[in-house]
Amino acid sequence: MKHKTFFWFILPSLAAMIVFIAMPLVSVVVQSLHVEHEQVMVVTENCGPFGCEEQTSVDAEATAKLREEKPLGRFNGLGTYFDRGHLATAEVATAWSERASLGDFFKRLYNLPLYKAIAFTLTYTFVVTPLVIILGLAIALGVNRVTPALKGPTIFVSLLPMIVTPLIGSLILFWMIDAQGIIGKSLQFLFDDPELSLKASPTLTWITLIIYGIWHSAPFAFVVFYAGLQSVSHETLEAARIDGASRWQQVRYVVIPHLMPLAIFIALIQLMDNFRVFEPVIGFSAEANAPSLSYIIYNDLKGDVIRFNSAAATSLLTVVGVIILLAPVLVRTWRDFNRKVV
Amino acid sequence: MSSATGKTPRGLFLLSTGFVLLWIVIASFPFLWTLWGSFKVQGDFFSKADWRYALWGTRTIVETGGPFTGAGYHGAWVQEEFWRAALNTGIVVVFTVIISLTLGTLGGYALARSGYRYAFWLLMIALVFRAMPHITLVSGYLLPFFEWNLWGHLPTSIIVLVAINQPFTLWMLHSFFLNIPKDLDESAKVDGCTQFQAFRHVIIPVMWPGVITTGLFSFLLAYNDFAVTSMLLSEQNRTMVPAIAGFLGSTFEEGNVMFAVAAVVSATVPLFLLVLFFQRQIVSGLTAGAVKG
Repeated sequence: MKHKTFFWFILPSLAAMIVFIAMPLVSVVVQSLHVEHEQVMVVTENCGPFGCEEQTSVDAEATAKLREEKPLGRFNGLGTYFDRGHLATAEVATAWSERASLGDFFKRLYNLPLYKAIAFTLTYTFVVTPLVIILGLAIALGVNRVTPALKGPTIFVSLLPMIVTPLIGSLILFWMIDAQGIIGKSLQFLFDDPELSLKASPTLTWITLIIYGIWHSAPFAFVVFYAGLQSVSHETLEAARIDGASRWQQVRYVVIPHLMPLAIFIALIQLMDNFRVFEPVIGFSAEANAPSLSYIIYNDLKGDVIRFNSAAATSLLTVVGVIILLAPVLVRTWRDFNRKVV
Repeated sequence: MSSATGKTPRGLFLLSTGFVLLWIVIASFPFLWTLWGSFKVQGDFFSKADWRYALWGTRTIVETGGPFTGAGYHGAWVQEEFWRAALNTGIVVVFTVIISLTLGTLGGYALARSGYRYAFWLLMIALVFRAMPHITLVSGYLLPFFEWNLWGHLPTSIIVLVAINQPFTLWMLHSFFLNIPKDLDESAKVDGCTQFQAFRHVIIPVMWPGVITTGLFSFLLAYNDFAVTSMLLSEQNRTMVPAIAGFLGSTFEEGNVMFAVAAVVSATVPLFLLVLFFQRQIVSGLTAGAVKG
C-alpha cells in the first residue's frame, strides 16, 4: 500500500487516538507539574481604641478570581510527585532511618496512600493472573470431556461472569457476601462466628476482591484454552499413548506445550486488565482496605475539591507502571519483528 | 480429544464432571440468586433472621401480601427514573459502536495491507494505549473539558469512548483483515480500481463477520464502562452503570437497596441476550487475537 493511501485510511483512527489518548497524557504531565494557587492574603490594619494592629486575612474574592483565570494553578515542578500523597520521599527516608526491623519499615510504608495502592494493585495483578490461567485450563479440560450436546449451554453459562459489567458483577457478589446475605450468613454458620464479616478485615477484603477477579476473568482463559484444545493434534496424542504415557503425562507433555503460546497471550491481557482494577473496589466498598491505583486517581477527581495535580501525578506514575509491565512483551515483539524483516 | 482417548476411568470421569458442575454453579448461581431476590423486599434479600426467607419470601408476604413484588423495579424505573439512564446508555452505545467500527475498519484495513515498519510501530503504540487505565486518561480530560464547556454532554463521552476503543478495534480488525486474502484486492487493483474502490467493492462485502464480532466487543466496552461515564457525564445525562453506583450512595433508606438490585438485574438482561444470540461470535472474537499471537 502506498504511503499516501495508508495515511488517508488511518487518519481518522489516528486522529482520534492522538487527540483523546496522546493529548490527555500530555495534559496529565502538565497538570502534575502545577499546583493550585495559594490563597491570596490581604493585610488590613485594624484600628481600635487600644491602638492599631495588623491583621492578615484571606481575600476570598481575589483567590476565586485568580483560580478562575488560571485554573491550572502555579508551577510546582516535581513537588507533587514527592509529597506525602505520592512518592513521599521524606516519609520513606524517615521510616527507613527509624525502622526497628524490615517488617516495621514495610508497615510504615503501607501507611502511605500511594504505597498502599501499589501493594494492593500488584498483589491483585500477580495473584489473579496465574490463578485465572490455572482455573481456565482446568475448566477447559473439564468442558472438553462434556457430551457435545451440553457444550453449548455450558459455554453460555461460563461466559456470564466475564461479560457482565464489572461494577454490576462485583455488586452482585457484594450483596451475597453481606453479613445478611446468603454467602455471608453461610460463612458465619460454617465458622460458627455470628460476628464474622468479610468487609471488616483488610486481609478478608483482599481475598474477596481476588476471588471476584478470578471469577470474572477465568471464563476468558477458559474460552481461549478451549479453542486451543480443539487443535491439539490427535496423532501426537496417539503416539504418546502408544509410548505408554499416562493421562497426566499426555496433558503435561502434549497438551500444555501446545497451549503455551495461548497462556502467554492470556497472561499479557490479564496483566493489563488486572493492573487497572477499579470497579470492584467501588462495588465491594473496599476503598479503605484495598484501594487500587485507579481508585486513588478516581478519589482525587471525585471529591468536593478536585485535586487535579494529585490525580495527574498518580496517573503518570501508573502509566510508568504499565510501561514497565509491558516492557518485556514490547521488547520480545520488537525482536520477533526484526527477525521477520531480516 | 475426549472421544478418541478411549474409555475414561470412572474416577476421572466423576472428578471432571463434578468439577464442571461446580464451575457452572459458581458461574451462574450469583445471577439466579440476584434475579430471584430482586422480586423480594429488603427484609428477605438481606435477611437478619434466616437466609431462607429469601427463598420463600416470608417478609415479602407479610409486607406486600404476595410472595413476589415488583416494588424494586417500580422504584428504580418510575420513581428514580432509571429509564433515562437506560436511554442514555442506548444512545452512547449505538453511536460508540458505529463510529468505532467506521474508523476501525479503515485503519485496520490499512494496517493489514501495509508492510512498512511504521505500521508495526502504530500497532505497538496501540498496544501501549490499550493498556492505559481509563481513569488516567480521564484525569487528563477533566480540566480541559471543564474549561471548554465540553463536560457533561453525551457526545463528549461518545467520542472519548470511541477513542479509548480504537486501539482494541484496530488490533482486532487488523487480524481479521489479515485473514482475507491479499489477492482479492490486488486483483481488483490490477483491473484498475484505486485502493479505496478495491476496499469499497471487494473487501466490504466479505468483511462483515469480523466487523460484527469486533462490534460486539465495542458494545461491551461502551456498555460496561464506568470510569469515563461516571466522571464525564452530568447527573441528568448519566448512563446505567454510574446511575446504579449513584443509587448506592443515596439509598440508605430501608427498601431502597432493592432499587439498586432491580436496576442491576435490568442492566444485566441485555448482556444476557447478547451472549444468547452471539455466543459463537464472542468465542471466535476472544480466540481471534490469541491465534494471531
